[in-house]
Amino acid sequence: MTRGLDAVADLARRLLPADAVITDRARLRTYECDGLAHYRVTPGLVVVPPDAGSLAAVVAACNEHRVPFVARGSGTGLSGGALPHADGVLVVTSLLRSIREVRPEDQRAVVEPGVINLDVTRAATPGGYYYAPDPSSQQICSIGGNLAENSGGAHCLKYGFTANHVLSAELVTPQGDIVRLGTDAPDAPGYDLLGAVIGSEGTLGVVTEATLRLVRLPEAVRTVLVGFGSTDQAGHATSAIIAAGIVPAAIEMMDALAIEAAEAAVQCGYPDGAGAVLVIELDGPQAEVEAEYAQVERICREHGSTEQRLATDPADRALIWKGRKSAFAAVGRISPDYIVQDGVIPRTALPEVLRAIDEVSRSSGVRVANVFHAGDGNLHPLVLFDDAVHGAGEAAEEVSGAILDLCIEHGGSITGEHGVGVDKAKYMPRMYGEDDLDTMQLLRCAFDPDGIANPGKVFPTPRLCGEVPGRRKGVHPAQAAGLAEVF
Amino acid sequence: MVATALGEAARAAVGSACEVREATGDDAVDGTPAGLVARPADTSEVAEVMRASAAHGLSVVSRGAGTKLAWCPPPESADLVLDLTAMDRVLDHQAGDLIVEAEAGTPLAAVRSVVGEQGQRLVVDETTPGATVGGSLAAHASGPERMLAGTARDLLIGMTVVRADGVVARSGGRVVKNVAGYDLGKLLVGSFGTLGVITRATFRLHPAAETERWVSVPVADADAVHRLTHAVVHAQVVPAAVEVDLGGPARDAASGSFTVQLGGRATGVTRRADAVAHLLGGGAEVAQNAPDGWGRYPWAPDEVGLKLTCVLSGLRDVVAAAAGAGARVRGSAGSGVLYAALPVTAAGGVVAAVDRLRATCVARGGSAVVLQAPPDVERSCDPWGPVPALDLMRRVKERFDPDRRMAPGRFVGGI
Repeated sequence: MTRGLDAVADLARRLLPADAVITDRARLRTYECDGLAHYRVTPGLVVVPPDAGSLAAVVAACNEHRVPFVARGSGTGLSGGALPHADGVLVVTSLLRSIREVRPEDQRAVVEPGVINLDVTRAATPGGYYYAPDPSSQQICSIGGNLAENSGGAHCLKYGFTANHVLSAELVTPQGDIVRLGTDAPDAPGYDLLGAVIGSEGTLGVVTEATLRLVRLPEAVRTVLVGFGSTDQAGHATSAIIAAGIVPAAIEMMDALAIEAAEAAVQCGYPDGAGAVLVIELDGPQAEVEAEYAQVERICREHGSTEQRLATDPADRALIWKGRKSAFAAVGRISPDYIVQDGVIPRTALPEVLRAIDEVSRSSGVRVANVFHAGDGNLHPLVLFDDAVHGAGEAAEEVSGAILDLCIEHGGSITGEHGVGVDKAKYMPRMYGEDDLDTMQLLRCAFDPDGIANPGKVFPTPRLCGEVPGRRKGVHPAQAAGLAEVF
Repeated sequence: MVATALGEAARAAVGSACEVREATGDDAVDGTPAGLVARPADTSEVAEVMRASAAHGLSVVSRGAGTKLAWCPPPESADLVLDLTAMDRVLDHQAGDLIVEAEAGTPLAAVRSVVGEQGQRLVVDETTPGATVGGSLAAHASGPERMLAGTARDLLIGMTVVRADGVVARSGGRVVKNVAGYDLGKLLVGSFGTLGVITRATFRLHPAAETERWVSVPVADADAVHRLTHAVVHAQVVPAAVEVDLGGPARDAASGSFTVQLGGRATGVTRRADAVAHLLGGGAEVAQNAPDGWGRYPWAPDEVGLKLTCVLSGLRDVVAAAAGAGARVRGSAGSGVLYAALPVTAAGGVVAAVDRLRATCVARGGSAVVLQAPPDVERSCDPWGPVPALDLMRRVKERFDPDRRMAPGRFVGGI
């Protein structure tokens, strides 16, 4: 342990209950990775603060001793955003799990960061409301992690991302100060720091409370599973649905390999031998949902659908979604190892990019299963490999990188919802120029001049923030320089 | 009237970057006289002008159509006004991907017209006639349809900004879903030109509604506004807008109105319009067009214009407080964002009224911001009220604009 880390540990022991400060090597190791398990670092120290005040005190101590810290919620992230620092503190928010308020009349819920995403919806449902962002991991992922990653989910096609559903947050800054960003009402005066903090992957501080927007439960929901001969057909059907002026709650696509995996894992009743399936969900007022469903049904038929199965009850709907939401884990049954990608492309480029991915897969001999949010062009190619085979991991990495290049070439993004983390930091310069990245650093340096908040994530090369410019007082610099006069 | 004496070197440097002229009295920014007016043709010219202004320490105020230049306190100085109206191109509309990119000086109406040809729309209300893309973003203007899709902040997916030092930076991109890097676009929205110059923006679009209806009922007081708002937002009618228009000395108190906008497919909209009319009760009327003044701010140029926000349970108190102050209130009751026009009596009376209104809004989870006011009122009252995290905001400003040249003094805490 470094001397700084020792000092932080001492303070944590004085401040926190004994079981909230973990220094035992074996126990530290249980925190060595998040959902991206092939990056592992044993943290120098783990703290599990019971309240925001003690969390802030630990961060303040980190600041005093220049010790890096990493915040972690449920640890389900898929880009290594919560990968610990060997000489740093891992701040775990799992004890901050109270839902403080659910106020349907205000369409708000106030929660601590360790609260599980789905629990917000469970708490709001009796009042006729729910929390819209729904990452596939929503049964276990935490709100704090959702804010850090600006999490999306299948339904963000219609309802937007975490950033569109948070009104206010309490933030522990990298100096250990507790500040409030935003207000319960929309449009708080001042810079939209909340909008910048959401999705900053823990590099600007740790959120200790969030005020969330609740959305009215829709009157009607229709979920239909549609089989196609090929991903091409399914992709064209998706574009045709959007072109018809329909904004479905979700349109998800899975290809043959992903279908096979999901079927083997959860017996979700997906059509046998289909080249692709779409899961399409429509929600809203009854009359509109019915009209749109008729249109969707026709469009799919015109694009060569082989089978359409409309969920007849909630259990049936849940089964259709189970196949989709368990797809990542299911792939584990057909391949010992896999990489999940998270690239985004313009929706209209879908058929072309899928063909190109297929081409890369064929020429490299690396299998790729495709599961994705077709409605917004967010691809989750699963690159399959067996780490026991020499060179297989490297070949998979290469295919994975080639897929990201395809996304960038088509004007897309290297990550739609999983975040950059440690995993994609090296790809950032492919998407943004040096000036773009430098400008992002201005924001980071304003919050964290010493670079102690989740260092090594998001940005490819850590940069020093340099001197904080002194606040200028007195005369305007232009005036002092004789370039302008007072008027 | 040229009140700033800029050095010849500064003049020459700006002049070599793009089209430039001496400012006139009409170019004054909310009363602050301007020195030069530069009219760059594209992002690279903006960058060149900004490099010149950095080299010569010129303060810079960006201007689109100038419809909201009276908002916020006046800048301490305006050596250079950046007139962005030559940058008025819709650069790219990808109908299949439901996105559009436009230059900052493009009128919102022009963007709406281009995307409208393909049956699409940009759900950013034109709250002042002629408002541009850049101005609407910088001032974070919002109108009735924020109920439906949020504000420009929520629809923005990519931005190009020229920094105070002339560096061009992009953030976001051309796809709706993208979490790569910081979302600098959100930081710039509502920053009133104090962090950089927005030169291009890319937005997410929505399909145009096949049918629209406006269901209105007269309202006389805050109680009715509160009750009707809650009846509508908690129902299953999916309103595109829930607006109130109430009070003010020029109007008969009973002539207020409460209007719900609906959009979508013809059959559905008809059915929902019936449901809303039922919720609003006797006297509700269904119209095919928006009522007068829809989506416009309620104030006259010589009045005090306020933005009042609250959580929905606080609506009654905020509307009542505004009415009690003699203000005319118009805005999105359904999202808790209202605009109020306060007639100017004595400045002291206005300041006291703003303080009382602010106390009510803050207690109901919101804020009260003075967007525009006559100079004597502006000088004597705090336009922003409590601003949480002000210290962090100052640190952000210091990083982006260390010489404090971008619209100095216009923003919170004198930023």
